[in-house]
Amino acid sequence: MAVIKTKGVEKTYNPDKIPVRALKGVDLEIAEGEFTAIVGPSGSGKTTLLNIIGGLDRPTGGYVEVGGEDISQMSDNELIDFRKEHIGFVFQAYNLIPVLTARENVEFVMLLQNRSKAERDARVKELLHAVGLEDKLDKRPSELSGGQQQRVAVARALAPKPTFILADEPTANLDSASTANLLDIMARLNREEHITFVFSTHDQRVIDRARRVVTLVDGVIDKDERRE
Amino acid sequence: MLFRLARRNIWRNRRRTFITAASILFAVLFASFMESLQRGAWDNMIANVVNYYFGYVQVHEQGYWEEQSINKAFPLADSLNAIQKIEAVQAVLPRLESFALASAENNTAGVLVAGIQPEAENSMTRLSERLVAGAYLQESDEAALIASGVADRLGLGVGDTLVIISQGFRGVNAAGKYPIKGIAEFGSPELNKQMVYLPLPVAQYFYGAPGRVTSLALKIEDQGDIGPVMQQLRTQLDTAAYEVMDWQEMLPDLVEARELDTAGNVIVYFILYLIIAFGIFGTILMMAKEREYEFGVLISIGLQRWQLSVSVWMEVIMLGLLGALSGILLSIPVVLYFKYNPIRFSGDMASSLEKFGFEPIFPATFEPQIFLTQALYVFVLTAVLAIYPMMKIRKLKPVEAMRN
Repeated sequence: MAVIKTKGVEKTYNPDKIPVRALKGVDLEIAEGEFTAIVGPSGSGKTTLLNIIGGLDRPTGGYVEVGGEDISQMSDNELIDFRKEHIGFVFQAYNLIPVLTARENVEFVMLLQNRSKAERDARVKELLHAVGLEDKLDKRPSELSGGQQQRVAVARALAPKPTFILADEPTANLDSASTANLLDIMARLNREEHITFVFSTHDQRVIDRARRVVTLVDGVIDKDERRE
Repeated sequence: MLFRLARRNIWRNRRRTFITAASILFAVLFASFMESLQRGAWDNMIANVVNYYFGYVQVHEQGYWEEQSINKAFPLADSLNAIQKIEAVQAVLPRLESFALASAENNTAGVLVAGIQPEAENSMTRLSERLVAGAYLQESDEAALIASGVADRLGLGVGDTLVIISQGFRGVNAAGKYPIKGIAEFGSPELNKQMVYLPLPVAQYFYGAPGRVTSLALKIEDQGDIGPVMQQLRTQLDTAAYEVMDWQEMLPDLVEARELDTAGNVIVYFILYLIIAFGIFGTILMMAKEREYEFGVLISIGLQRWQLSVSVWMEVIMLGLLGALSGILLSIPVVLYFKYNPIRFSGDMASSLEKFGFEPIFPATFEPQIFLTQALYVFVLTAVLAIYPMMKIRKLKPVEAMRN
């Protein structure tokens, strides 16, 4: 079953002034457990597509279904709640909350979901162990390296048990060793726990590990390649 | 979690937090100190005028206060009984007061001659404690006690003779000469330049009004009892014959002057807090701009706008209260110091203050309400200013915030 389904998704910026068509009718289906990279040159519409799939932006045409629900019709507040329950985000710049520790960052969305303390504690330990940071529970982002921060970000994205994870250029600011380490962790979580990952990336190291590569050119899907 | 976020965010930019909190601290310190000093000066002045002479409530013959005429003197015995039965009234001070011309050698001065019962008077006004020379009056004396201002103007000392002339009750001539037994100094410059005390029977004889008084001053310990006592007096006494007045009715100029002075300070506080408001707003503006990206991330990962707004609102309020509470903590020892060590003006400054009827002593008053009011001002100020980031958050689009 498709976790994500887009049909004729279009996005035009400045429709009333100088229109810029970022997406020109994207049809895409991503099934549960896929490990997909969306690639393409700068300006091809990768980030726009990811934002629309993640409910951060609205399409100007077409529709998006996540887990069978049409998110294009949701109000702002409904979208926020939807993202909290169903979508995990990993950003290029990590975007951890600087005043919270690694433990608190991972716990944050679960608190918003009103999970019990016992459940939160267990999940935080499990996830930080999974990303190899069980000894950094009480460190703040400023006390962690870039690679470690991105691993905490992955743990945070996974904490609410989302339907899928959207990662926008997750390795762009990481060195080779950190990139390899992060990809190992995400690949393992995908393989062992069937978590769906969707990346936008330029990074060949990420593209090499993806099992499906969708290439966008000028706002349309140019190529959709599956690997075994 | 929202509270924790707010609390920790305050310390993200320590220098800015300290600068903002310090500006609030000094505003609160300045405002608390100024208000404590102002209230203290007024309380001191009112105590000097009211406690040391007028009393909080007086009973006169109807129309006396308007005319202030000796002809409105009334027989003492008629009215005393009912008043003395009122529980909150601790003492009743009968007085016979009228203006007179005092002279000594070539000097003359207008004075207020007050016939008093020395012992009863002393129980309320503690007149004997104000003596700077000589001794206090006794019931049987045929002598005068004068204010130091009168003594200075007439060039008199203890043992000298004071000559006074006036118009007595119903037009009789009043003239007398009395040895000066004591000289008292009053805090109130107004009292200090005109008071002459005689024992009540001596004054009654002088004014040709035996058995009569012009006023009954009531000693009331608790100011909260003033209203009930007046109410009771108005039901017990014949209001067609007697008037019952509290100190505010008797001294409207004093009340008005205090209100005017307080209103002037409100303007000063308004300007002070306006300046502080711009400082706080600058901090909020920078904070909101710097954290736009972070706000976008928080909304992206599932924090509702209202939750983010509450967190930022708490942050701004906490910043304000941090400054306000530090200001209050610093104000307390300063105000206490000046309560027990009042500012005493001397020289030209003292003369100027006295011309305006102020005793040149400014003790600070210590009232928790003053500090709480300042904290309330800061709370309201920051609560209003915190609306700005809340409005920004309401309109914030996460994608645009994170793109910027």
